[in-house]
Amino acid sequence: MKTSTFWVVVCAIFIGGLVLTELVSNEYYFTALYVILQATIMAIAWNILGGFTGYVNFGSAAFFAVGAYTSIALSKSLGLPLPVLIAAAAVICGLIGLGVGYLTLRLKGVYFAIATLAMAIVLETLVNNWAYAGGARGAYILTPENHLWFKSYIQMIFMVMLLLTLVAVAISRKLNSSRLGRGLAAIRDDEVAAECAGVPTLRLKLISTTLMGALMGVAGAPYPFFVTFVDPASAFNLFIAVNAIAMPMIGGTAHWIGPVIGALLVGSMQEIITVNVSSELNILFVGIMLVLFITLAPQGIVGLWQKYRRRSAS
Amino acid sequence: MTEAVLTVDNLTKRFGGFTALRNVELHVGPGERLGLIGPNGSGKTTLINCISGALYNDEGTIVFEGRDITRIPPHQRSYLGIARSFQIPKPFRSMTVLENLQVPLEYAARSRAAHRRVIDDAMEVLELIGLKDRANDSSAGLTQVDMRKMELARALAAKPRLLVSDEAMAGLSSSEVDEILEILLALNRRGVAVIMIEHIMRAVMHFSERVVVLDAGQKIAEGTPKEIVHNPDVERAYLGE
Repeated sequence: MKTSTFWVVVCAIFIGGLVLTELVSNEYYFTALYVILQATIMAIAWNILGGFTGYVNFGSAAFFAVGAYTSIALSKSLGLPLPVLIAAAAVICGLIGLGVGYLTLRLKGVYFAIATLAMAIVLETLVNNWAYAGGARGAYILTPENHLWFKSYIQMIFMVMLLLTLVAVAISRKLNSSRLGRGLAAIRDDEVAAECAGVPTLRLKLISTTLMGALMGVAGAPYPFFVTFVDPASAFNLFIAVNAIAMPMIGGTAHWIGPVIGALLVGSMQEIITVNVSSELNILFVGIMLVLFITLAPQGIVGLWQKYRRRSAS
Repeated sequence: MTEAVLTVDNLTKRFGGFTALRNVELHVGPGERLGLIGPNGSGKTTLINCISGALYNDEGTIVFEGRDITRIPPHQRSYLGIARSFQIPKPFRSMTVLENLQVPLEYAARSRAAHRRVIDDAMEVLELIGLKDRANDSSAGLTQVDMRKMELARALAAKPRLLVSDEAMAGLSSSEVDEILEILLALNRRGVAVIMIEHIMRAVMHFSERVVVLDAGQKIAEGTPKEIVHNPDVERAYLGE
């Protein structure tokens, strides 16, 4: 996709969102879209480390929780507005990503994946014992009165999420085709060869974990205002982590559009199944999709599309 | 040998209790073609892993163009001008042949020039290697000989002053060996010093100005190809008593 076309599409989607808030008043649609957009940002974030760099990990959703708790703590103590909370969550989660990366990136493959899972449990334990942010009982957040010119708070937070998602997509796309992105891909393909070709692998991997952490934090920061009640069990929920992995896997991890397609597809299917069938079955649905894609189309939907294009070209 | 490009001094590398290399010395002059031979397991690949930085040696020093590089990581060695190819080709499988070359051009050669220039440089290297018409093919689908060529092309794209070629010809047919040999000679004519590790004696003897022989982690002989062929220690190492 050409850069100009890309930005036209991005602007069109944003304006489309604004029009939607004018035309539709049923709050359910914005709630559903918010959930899908949040999943999209998380899928993009996971894909930067798991897809572009090839470091599959189970702990990245913990950064989402840290983002949410950053919001809770800072709005409770200082009463900061949402944009500042989002920025603060990005910085804090980025720094944690950097630190965790520094400690764990010497590990490879399954060992790295387990280390990140352990990190998630450590963070959850810390938050469980953090009385100020509600501890294990959880924390209530009051929805702010101010929702600008929008009809309701959910409409405003939906637009915030839409903007963040578009920014995340732009970052991911830029990364994918840049010198940095090629360096990350080289690490994924063969780390020793990458290092011998001059790629400073440790530094690039740290950039990757920092970016992943920051984007996860951004996805989590508005979450308390969306649900108004956050407890460690829901914020650190393994299902969130599984979703963040499943969506890029299903969409395709090598291309920036992969996690976006995966998140939109799986996210909307989940929403439809939750409403029409049952909320338990939707977990089963993700599991089945994941198994099917990993066995039949390991390169995801993007991989299938590329294979189809190659075949019709030759 | 004054003004050596590479000087390896007293290098020892152990893996646990096993000493893979013991007190190895190696000198490479500017633009020299050095053959490195030895039976399987003699430590050739370990030695070049130490030179390229993939492994760190336990004792001894490695000096490249007057600079001690013993403890610096591989990517910094590539900035200085050391490039290598791998015995088992390690292509960046998700990329095209052209993109494979972009990585060393953008990182090792630190070409921050415009995107256009990087592509031009990559195409020039592919032209030299003879892979130009495969530039946009996926690197995972290359034939064995093209894979070897790309391995060399990638090393060359790093704009090295020392190239270490680790068995670039293993498993190739006779005419393919000649092709690779021609590429290495062409590189050398551009002033790149080359260390060639090879089991194909015809190639090593034809290519090298000087040959170093390793056996069980120690240097047992050094000299012109002619001297090496008639060296009794070398005969013993290869054929036994």
